[in-house]
Amino acid sequence: MRRLGILSALALTLTLTHCAQKQDTIRVGVFSSLTGGTATFGISSTQGVQMAADEWNARGGLLGKQIELIIEDDQSKPDEAALAVTKLINQNRVVAILGEVASSRTLAGAPIAQKAGIPLITPASTNPKVTKVGDFIFRVCYVDSFQGVVCARFATQKLGLKRLAILKDIKNDYSVGLAEYFKQNAIALGAEIVAEQSYSEGDTDFRAQITSIKGANPECIFIPGYYTEVGLIAKQVREQNINAVLLGGDGWDSPRTPEIGGEAVEGAFFCNHYSADDTSQLVQSFVQRYKERHGYVPDAMAPLSYDAANMLFAAIQRAGTTEGRAIRDAIAQTRNFPGICGSVTIDEERNARKSAVVLQITGGKFKVYDIIQP
Amino acid sequence: MEQFVQQIINGLSLGAIYALIALGYTMVYGILRLINFAHGDVYMVGAFVGFYVVRWMAPASPSGFGLLIISIAAAMVACGILGFIIERAAYRPLRRAPRLNALITAIGVSLLLENLGQLVFGADPKDFPALVERTTFTLGIITISNIQVIVLLTAVLLTIALQFIVHRTRMGTAMRAVSFSHDAAGLMGININRVISFTFVLGSMLAAAAGILVGLYNPKIDPLMGIMPGLKAFVAAVLGGIGNIPGAILGGVIMGIAETMTVGYLSSTYRDAITFVILVAVLLFRPTGLLGTPQRTKF
Repeated sequence: MRRLGILSALALTLTLTHCAQKQDTIRVGVFSSLTGGTATFGISSTQGVQMAADEWNARGGLLGKQIELIIEDDQSKPDEAALAVTKLINQNRVVAILGEVASSRTLAGAPIAQKAGIPLITPASTNPKVTKVGDFIFRVCYVDSFQGVVCARFATQKLGLKRLAILKDIKNDYSVGLAEYFKQNAIALGAEIVAEQSYSEGDTDFRAQITSIKGANPECIFIPGYYTEVGLIAKQVREQNINAVLLGGDGWDSPRTPEIGGEAVEGAFFCNHYSADDTSQLVQSFVQRYKERHGYVPDAMAPLSYDAANMLFAAIQRAGTTEGRAIRDAIAQTRNFPGICGSVTIDEERNARKSAVVLQITGGKFKVYDIIQP
Repeated sequence: MEQFVQQIINGLSLGAIYALIALGYTMVYGILRLINFAHGDVYMVGAFVGFYVVRWMAPASPSGFGLLIISIAAAMVACGILGFIIERAAYRPLRRAPRLNALITAIGVSLLLENLGQLVFGADPKDFPALVERTTFTLGIITISNIQVIVLLTAVLLTIALQFIVHRTRMGTAMRAVSFSHDAAGLMGININRVISFTFVLGSMLAAAAGILVGLYNPKIDPLMGIMPGLKAFVAAVLGGIGNIPGAILGGVIMGIAETMTVGYLSSTYRDAITFVILVAVLLFRPTGLLGTPQRTKF
């Protein structure tokens, strides 16, 4: 009898502390590539989310409670991303999830969130398949079909290039999708795809593909990959004395691109979400605050993630509850949300419609070359 | 035609690196009948030692041919010691155990090095510093970079040095004797443990050199970089005839060229598949490899 008393007392205490823990914070999950092949994406993305959460908390938090971020590292691997999301939902009981930047990893995690009825906002996954997973999945960035149009228009109309080659990452949903949209639009605009080659994430030797591309004598090589490989590819392209213009998508946006690529990426172009040089008050104040915290100018992953977090927190505030369905509905109703990377309106397909910038790498820095409206 | 010759050059450079790793596999197999699966990870450690040596010696703007030689030497010494420790700690206690035990231990050592590497060096890829200013030469219809020349030359030099050690020194004679028969060599007064240690050290040093060459050639290194090249070098050793030194080199070169041609003319999707197609083909049609001789299995 006495033992039963102790046990029930213990159980009661446990339940009480559990409840108390549940009540004083709102748990938001983040899954991100803090280590691995695209670690810089994950790190700046998480820093953006953290900054947004800290600012909300400093203003008194959400629904009268503090926001507690639970951050999981997926090591830049899709299978780890699925594990991370499962853990966030089942063990940490988060009310909503932010992440991933990479489409293939969001695609691994999103079905789990969808099934559990937990809203998920990806800051930077541009592959169209991502939001098609279900009605709980959103994004704050543009879609690859738009990015493909931008790149194709830029190469053919702005630069007047007609002979185009493509070197895509066959293992990466983002890269394959973007290559396809680029190809369709470029052909529609009268250009010719003279060579199409592929590589796999993690490769380091691209000489065989580049030699084949060289044989087709292109004026421009479109490389819709991530920064880890892009710098190496550029080096090996120049090593074979190919002078074609190099062009890419937002996967290039990392300080590591000019670091790895050096001379080889000078003059190359890529499509991006924002430019740190933008003179608008919103961007400059963000860049300023970010620099004060971390000591360097953020790449696009930080402001995109900052926007995603702010949009989510605002939606939870409007919903007035942490119930999944209510948060989902509030996110879906987002109109003209003033983000750092442009104003976000969520359309009926849960995508954001917004403009894109084309940046050029000059002197190891990214400079705005063109701004393209949807 | 121009493209074809260019692809051959690309394939040769890649093959030279595979050949250097394959030499370690083949020598250890020749002496111990053990497939040292940790060998690819020794190659990874070699690349990282080179990386840290260069960073430590020239933190600001690392470049120069001298530094390259120093980093290769440092990596070879460090990996030589690592090879010695691996043999001493993991394989020697199992010398008399069934062969399967040693094989499983080899896989264990490989996993240990990979995960330790992620812990010590970090899981994210590092850029190997450009030690030599990249230039390209155009010879008629082909272009070849100085890095490719360095890779090929170093591989050739090390192979010649190895051939000299194996065929012209006392230790080399002892190695050949031990590979012929442990027991008979022991009866002739050869210190078998010393010879085996020496073989591991030598093989690991070659792997370290390959690691640096890769760092120079494709300047991105990470703790898991040894897995695929390790497997491919193993296939190269099998292709050439495992246990046979010229065979390992031939196998490495064939593998490099086959891979490059597959990527260049078919699709990069088949890059790794071609390796295993070759392995299966060799095992089906010529199990002893191209230069291997049939062996009677002793029970």
